[in-house]
Amino acid sequence: MAYCFVKTNQKHKFGALYKTNQNMSILVNKDSKIIVQGFTGGEGTFHAGQMIDYGTNVVGGVTPGKGGTEHLGKPVFNTVEEAVKATGADVSILFVPPAFAADAIMEAANAGIGVIIAITEGIPVSDMVKAKDYIKQFDCRLVGPNCPGVITADEAKVGIMPGFVFKKGKVGVVSKSGTLTYEAADQIVKAGLGITTAIGIGGDPIIGTTTKEAVELLMNDPETEGIVMIGEIGGNLEAKAARWVKEHGTKPVVGFIAGETAPKGRTMGHAGAIVGGHEDTAEAKKAIMRECGIHVVDSPADIGSKMAEALGVTA
Amino acid sequence: MNLHEYQGKSILESYGVAIQRGVVVDNIEDAVAKAKELNSETGTEWFVVKAQIHAGGRGKGIVTETGSNGVVLAKGLDKVEDTVKGILGGHLVTAQTNDKGKMVNKVLLAEDVYYPGESEPSEFYMSVLLDREKECNVIMYSTEGGMDIETVAEETPHLIHKEEVDPRLGLQGFQMRRIAFNLGLSGQAFKQMTKFVNALYNAYVGCDASMFEINPVLKTSDNKIIAVDSKVTLDGNSLFRHKDYAEMRDKTEEDPIEVEAGEAGLNYVNLDGNVGCMVNGAGLAMATMDIIKLSGGNPANFLDVGGTADAERVEKAFNMILRDPNVKAILVNIFGGIVRCDRVAQGIVDAYKNMGNIPVPIIVRLQGTNAEEAKKLIDESGLDVYSAVQLQEAADLVKKLIN
Repeated sequence: MAYCFVKTNQKHKFGALYKTNQNMSILVNKDSKIIVQGFTGGEGTFHAGQMIDYGTNVVGGVTPGKGGTEHLGKPVFNTVEEAVKATGADVSILFVPPAFAADAIMEAANAGIGVIIAITEGIPVSDMVKAKDYIKQFDCRLVGPNCPGVITADEAKVGIMPGFVFKKGKVGVVSKSGTLTYEAADQIVKAGLGITTAIGIGGDPIIGTTTKEAVELLMNDPETEGIVMIGEIGGNLEAKAARWVKEHGTKPVVGFIAGETAPKGRTMGHAGAIVGGHEDTAEAKKAIMRECGIHVVDSPADIGSKMAEALGVTA
Repeated sequence: MNLHEYQGKSILESYGVAIQRGVVVDNIEDAVAKAKELNSETGTEWFVVKAQIHAGGRGKGIVTETGSNGVVLAKGLDKVEDTVKGILGGHLVTAQTNDKGKMVNKVLLAEDVYYPGESEPSEFYMSVLLDREKECNVIMYSTEGGMDIETVAEETPHLIHKEEVDPRLGLQGFQMRRIAFNLGLSGQAFKQMTKFVNALYNAYVGCDASMFEINPVLKTSDNKIIAVDSKVTLDGNSLFRHKDYAEMRDKTEEDPIEVEAGEAGLNYVNLDGNVGCMVNGAGLAMATMDIIKLSGGNPANFLDVGGTADAERVEKAFNMILRDPNVKAILVNIFGGIVRCDRVAQGIVDAYKNMGNIPVPIIVRLQGTNAEEAKKLIDESGLDVYSAVQLQEAADLVKKLIN
């Protein structure tokens, strides 16, 4: 599963390019052909515009019933299938309202999209359980939902992050949170390191790409020299990633877990951010991460400087 | 969204789950009349009076005003009035509430289901919930009913069984049978249990629940399987397609300020610290709380102003934070992605002007989309705020201002 995107690349997507360019970024890059689901809505319009301004290769969008029209200078299609046929799209980003978002994820997978990035917040959990199960039969990777998306610096911004923060460099970021990702990226850039790819995996209980899978992608990316892993209370994704790093890690990993001060039993904004048992706490997660050799910071203000230290760079 | 026991039971019944029958009352006058009705419908001579609050441990809990427990058996119609008086209108303190307890606005009068008969009654535990790791629903069950399941999990984990349900196929017959066999049932009780499990799972799926916990599930002395209690949490994200369940929300069970925040589109959790905070994004909000703690303060709240924070919502947020008398300083931490910093800055400026005088120092840290316009807006407003650009600077200011 973790290699599925790379596999997809080799098979159909970037074919010759992949072979000639070994320094390929992960998930999205300048050659990605991106469509926007929920293209003509308010959020879709605003963020697709921002993505295009960043230089992202947006090839069109999907809004059922508006096929055949044009929006932001790009063609609009009724279905993802039509969009893929007409444009060769391999990446999709979703700004579809929560009630229809799981359906849109399944449509993208069914149409052969390789990387599906779901921004939508508030999708019913039962819908996501079904959608995640459904897309397993396709050769695709889901990122999110309830996430800020993915950005490969200077190449493609497929998300809602402020692009100017993510200056090109050598550190990959994996995070459950949106704004905390921007914070970390800003610090990393100011420490003189810069970003390769930042992946917002999302804060919902059911998400497509796990912390471990995202860390693994970055670990295998030749351009990435260090990895920042940002988690929060609830679930065991960070612990699983930490154990994987202990076994397979070849690059320094800096970690932060938000929610040290969160009370037990309360949902802190993200649907998945809730302390149930002992292992859900920030303290427990950080302990496991430390045991696994991850450079854990207690203060979110120290992420950039810790990464510089771990890479032996003086800021 | 949490439901009361009686609401959960009404949903269960609508899906064909056998329940302990009862009537809910909110005043003493109705109690006796309703108890009589229940007697004529069910033949029950005794009545279980159960406080309806959103907290567990009611049976062992104590009503502050009267010393009564939260669940009491009234052994006869003549005992109903006094028993209800001991619970209704009082504050029930349980292991899951705070010291003040929760006001009991309603009680459920339920039939006595532990009557003697051909066999001994026995209690089981059963819940349906999402397994985040397996990414499917799971039915968790145990022969150790009527006890705190966390205690069972710690002391005798081998007595807890799990049945994972395929997301596409749903619960299968062999799984229902396995559950009934593992609970040691046979004959009529076995058949009833498979029906019970099937109906319970249908109810869980049908109403998009996050959790259904039935503790205890009772095998009666005449081999019926019924739900004696219900603890139901519905997925808030699904309520748009369940308008009838959405109406079951009891706002009196929630912190009034959090209710108000929700209505204004803000995500607010009240805490007991001295530094208020207003942040965009849940992760950064938690991280900001952590940094307040590391700076020697304590967070007074969690507050995510959301992805589309405009001046009105930001002002509302400010108003709410300032209502807490313990707040000594406010840290605004905005990293603009979806939310544009200038809109947040406008909110701060408007709030300041509308509120006249803000009695505590404010630290504003705006970074990201339109951060420069935002800074300009704040600077030109003439407001008395401490500005920071880096997170560490903001943390240092917190430290300085609260000491």
